[in-house]
Amino acid sequence: MVGPNLQGGVPPGPGVVDQPRVGVDEWVANVDERREAQRGLTGLVRRGWERVPPAGRLVLLLGPFAVFPFVTNEGNLFRYGLITVIYALLAIGLNVVVGFAGLLDLGYVAFFGFGAYLYGIMASGHSGHHLQVEIAIPIAVVVTALVGLLLGLTSWRLLGDYLAIVTLFFLQAFVIFVNNANGGPSDFAYPFVGRVDLTGGANGLDQIDPLNFFGYHITTTKGYYFYTLISLALLMTMLYFVNKSRTGRAWRALREDPLAAEVMSMPVNRLKLLAFMFGAATAGFTGTIFGAVQSGAFPGDYDVGLLITIYAIVILGGLGSIGGVVIGALVVNGAPELLRSSSNARFLFYGVILLALLVAIRPWYRLVVVLLGTVAFGAIVHAVVVAAWPRGTAGHVQGGGAFGRALDHWVLIPTHVDRIAGWAYFVLILAALVLTLVRGWWRTIALIPTLYLASFVWENKLIEQVSGATRLILLGALLVVIMNVRPAGIFGTSRVEIV
Amino acid sequence: MRGPHSFVRSYFPVNWSLFFGELVSGLTLGSIYALIALGYTMVYGILKLLNFAHGDVYMVGAFIGFFVLQWLGGPLTTAVTGWLAIAIMFVVAMVGCGALGVGIEIFAYRPLRNAPRIAPLISALGVSIFLQNSALLLWGPQFRSYDTFDLIGVKSYHIGPNFFISNIQIFTIAASIALMAALTWLVVRTRTGKAMRATSFDREAAEMMGIRVDRVISFTFFVGSALAAAGGVMFGIVFGQIFSLMGFTAGLKGFTAAVVGGIGSIPGAMLGGFLIGLTEAFATGYLPGGSTYANLYVFALLIAMFLVRPSGLLGSPVIQKV
Repeated sequence: MVGPNLQGGVPPGPGVVDQPRVGVDEWVANVDERREAQRGLTGLVRRGWERVPPAGRLVLLLGPFAVFPFVTNEGNLFRYGLITVIYALLAIGLNVVVGFAGLLDLGYVAFFGFGAYLYGIMASGHSGHHLQVEIAIPIAVVVTALVGLLLGLTSWRLLGDYLAIVTLFFLQAFVIFVNNANGGPSDFAYPFVGRVDLTGGANGLDQIDPLNFFGYHITTTKGYYFYTLISLALLMTMLYFVNKSRTGRAWRALREDPLAAEVMSMPVNRLKLLAFMFGAATAGFTGTIFGAVQSGAFPGDYDVGLLITIYAIVILGGLGSIGGVVIGALVVNGAPELLRSSSNARFLFYGVILLALLVAIRPWYRLVVVLLGTVAFGAIVHAVVVAAWPRGTAGHVQGGGAFGRALDHWVLIPTHVDRIAGWAYFVLILAALVLTLVRGWWRTIALIPTLYLASFVWENKLIEQVSGATRLILLGALLVVIMNVRPAGIFGTSRVEIV
Repeated sequence: MRGPHSFVRSYFPVNWSLFFGELVSGLTLGSIYALIALGYTMVYGILKLLNFAHGDVYMVGAFIGFFVLQWLGGPLTTAVTGWLAIAIMFVVAMVGCGALGVGIEIFAYRPLRNAPRIAPLISALGVSIFLQNSALLLWGPQFRSYDTFDLIGVKSYHIGPNFFISNIQIFTIAASIALMAALTWLVVRTRTGKAMRATSFDREAAEMMGIRVDRVISFTFFVGSALAAAGGVMFGIVFGQIFSLMGFTAGLKGFTAAVVGGIGSIPGAMLGGFLIGLTEAFATGYLPGGSTYANLYVFALLIAMFLVRPSGLLGSPVIQKV
């Protein structure tokens, strides 16, 4: 049925009844209308972005990356630049698997490691072979893709769900294998060759050859950076065309509805395997770069932590969005790097909370109530505790600055805080859950102590492990929240269920 | 060290002591895996969702058991007798984790009932990371010891010349079989069990028949998580040590057990659990590189299962209704 919103403009004549119009899809019209209706800055940016031709979009996205090496030093280029680009490359490959084809590949990082180790076995001082890069990289990529194919084939008949668990187990098996395959006493004796030191075990496979194309050696971080960036640009271009192609359309179709796609006589399983292989190959290729950059491959680098990071990038960037992934990589890699010093981390924490409140709380006077209420609540609690329980404020916030000193007079920092902070963390989780259940003014009021509690837990507990557990806790919570609020990711186009 | 030679040698003069040792430890391990697998299989049967957080619920269960033991005064100076202390640990851990499971379902999965398939999977992944790292933050990466030896005293029984079994192993196997029997009774004989089966068969139809589907799903999560918690406490009692990252591997094995037995099938999960436990134990004892690569052999079993019988030992082939 045509919704009433299509009849804007000329009012219908008296004899016209509300009937379906041939050739006008209600859904398309709805989307168009909603897009036009987007006002303000976001709508402006979005419409402007869509007007830029694809090549221009690529330049806009990657241009700043190309300038970056000339305005920064070596260390920052490695940490913020090279790693971000490598993450982006990885995330784009994963986006084909998860975002285009809708497969949950939890062994993706194993393929990344596979590429690094294969390259290391073919070209390093550790293994004693020094194969030419022009041969070694294609071999590594093809072999990784074939491993992906074999793994996918095993769960061929139930490719959707079981793939997740097979790949997760594959990652686990991979980590166990590379940790132990050093030809030591606990290792396999292989048929024909006996015990071989394949991966160097827990110490890693060292002395991997630097990349060297037709006599041109890449030696500096800058060289690797540009090599990776160019690979990223090529891959993005390629995916842009793949996305428009028959295969790309088929992938999207089967992501939206595998059953309908199958009924339309698409070879669903073959398409899924293709996407899976494509992801594996991309990861393998990125692995060769990472191995060469580090001049070594170490088992600890290819574990679940990295997997989570890449997933966070893909989901933040939007499932199926090519450009969004680059932004996602920038955010996900940049934020924890900023988190390394505790005063930066503090600014980021309070900044993000403030931003979230600004976005989430309407109308404005509720926001004012929450902010003023939290400040007042904290001041009162602090004053009471000073009078009643001096130990409760005896500590000082970690890291200084004027902001830190101000916090000292607001947040409770007890000495010997471990047990209290543990319980506070527990209560904070409960409080956050309760917040999602209550509505209206109750929520506004409940938000005030919750915010104060969050700040208490942050200053006393979370800030200790900012680059370790805290980071992953926040990423985990982020995944759940984003999935609940926007299942397609932040920059992804939200899809519409057609029933 | 076991090389290819001991592999051959161990077959000819049969080493019964090794054989029975691995059999018993395989059954013990298997009963824990079976308890984890039950939660996976029930949730999958009813929601078609891989609950990645399940392994971490198991870990939380083990920790709750540990803290209850501390609260009772520690293994040496418990306020009550050893077996009563263990019973209290089980009850508190099971109720606590049951509540945790219900909470996870309400906040992470319920809003995504009608979302595309991949969204709840990623949400589950997020919950898993969250739980695991919260444990790391609060309880640290170090091992915690249950000290079962001090708590109840370990006795070893000789049955025949080569067959040893300890009271803890007997307890674990018997308790898990009792829990499974209780679960089977719950699902087969009670009204709630009937509602669970109906919901897993066809959620919409069940809703139309007046079954409160949301409540049934919450209950399923409660039961599954409670069983995982029991598994966690058992792990602590048998192996003496728990740590905050123990959920990942155990969850993986539990899920493998559920798949091998046929996902969605409750007897299948039990069978699969014991099979995985035995595979791991015998791989450790007999196969080359076994003590290091036992998990790889389990993985090989999973792959072999997919190739031979994708629906699992006791599962029925998936028929998609449109």
